Amino acid sequence: MRQPLLALLAKEPAHGYELKLALEQTFGEAYPSPNIGQIYVTLKRLEQDGLVRSEDVEQTTRPNKRVYALTPAGREALRAWVGEPSDGPRVRDEFFIKLILAPMAGLADRMELMNSQRRHYLGIMRNLTELQAEADPADAPARLLIEGAILHLQADLDWLQRCQEELV
Amino acid sequence: MRGIAPKDSPWPPAQPTEPPILLRTSKLVKVYRADGVTVEAVRGVDIELGIGEFVAIMGPSGSGKSTLLHVLGGLEPATSGEIWLRGQRVDGLSTAAWAILRRQHIGFVFQFFNLLSNMTVADNVELPALLAGATPRQARKRREELLTELGISDKADAAPARLSGGEQQRVALARALANEPSVLLADEPTGNLDSSNTRDVLRLLRRAHDGGQAILMVTHDARVASLADRVINLFDGMVADDAKIVPIPRTMNGVADVLELRG
Repeated sequence: MRQPLLALLAKEPAHGYELKLALEQTFGEAYPSPNIGQIYVTLKRLEQDGLVRSEDVEQTTRPNKRVYALTPAGREALRAWVGEPSDGPRVRDEFFIKLILAPMAGLADRMELMNSQRRHYLGIMRNLTELQAEADPADAPARLLIEGAILHLQADLDWLQRCQEELV
Repeated sequence: MRGIAPKDSPWPPAQPTEPPILLRTSKLVKVYRADGVTVEAVRGVDIELGIGEFVAIMGPSGSGKSTLLHVLGGLEPATSGEIWLRGQRVDGLSTAAWAILRRQHIGFVFQFFNLLSNMTVADNVELPALLAGATPRQARKRREELLTELGISDKADAAPARLSGGEQQRVALARALANEPSVLLADEPTGNLDSSNTRDVLRLLRRAHDGGQAILMVTHDARVASLADRVINLFDGMVADDAKIVPIPRTMNGVADVLELRG
């Protein structure tokens, strides 16, 4: 949550709720809306770390709002984040560890574990294909996010099939 | 989606009663023997397809999925076991009787389209109806309906080879649906298509299914399989799993179930 907020503030100063809206608008409905409380907590920590500063802006008809802006240190941290390589793909190691260890301990049958995991993946895939069908064609970030999730899930299913071929 | 959905029609002649189970197998076995080598491709499969149901068959290559589909469509004879279609036992039918059964009740879509290259798109789609006894006028009307629904009415006079892969698969789909089959058998229908054409073909299959078309589809693509009501997983020629797809509640899950946006 820290870096996306810094990135949004690099464009222009904003208050917490505006940042929440900006995240939602950018990534679309596919991505769960960030919790406003989480955004305020993150902003407070960023301020303690000297990466943003804030000031109260008076409003005539409403309570004052706290507007956050990036500091030079914040801009530097953001630049470092953008410049560093991102983590590669992550595998679903939790399921894999279950798959390997549970049958060894006599806790489960591998075929049953794989079947129930495949059912779970297919349920998620159904949701994603529906989201994809509903997605606004003009909203490229949202569409690509869904497509990325679909491709990852397809890889998980392919991997599950490989496990089935080798382990059963 | 009137044209794609099965409906009352002068051809093929309607049967008096529809059994609740459209297609069923019992202990179905298919063994290939060649040069002293025996391959058990399908080893005792019991599956059911309900009227109007959409079922996907998944499984690794070599698990017997395509063989199963071909045996169910009578393209290859079963070695043993039973196949019941619309309450009638069909596994022992002659090649000629299978041809008639397919004409009336079974539509086929293949990965590589299998269109007749020396005929126009229109003729490809009209041929099955004419073979089944429709008048040229009826066949033309049905063809026009289908091509319009599938968005390729402007390609009626083209040769199949002039069409893109996605368009050829739509023509194949129109041909398969021309006789309003009881069941549509689809063997990797999106296996040779890019993702945008895959989405289009899926949308059309979904619409056909919404109109009541029963579909049994072999696929390795989970996006495609996720549209089905139920997924059968084949492994080593046997059914390893057979379960309805239960969507995960939408309120809490979206992309976040799969992708964690970091930052």
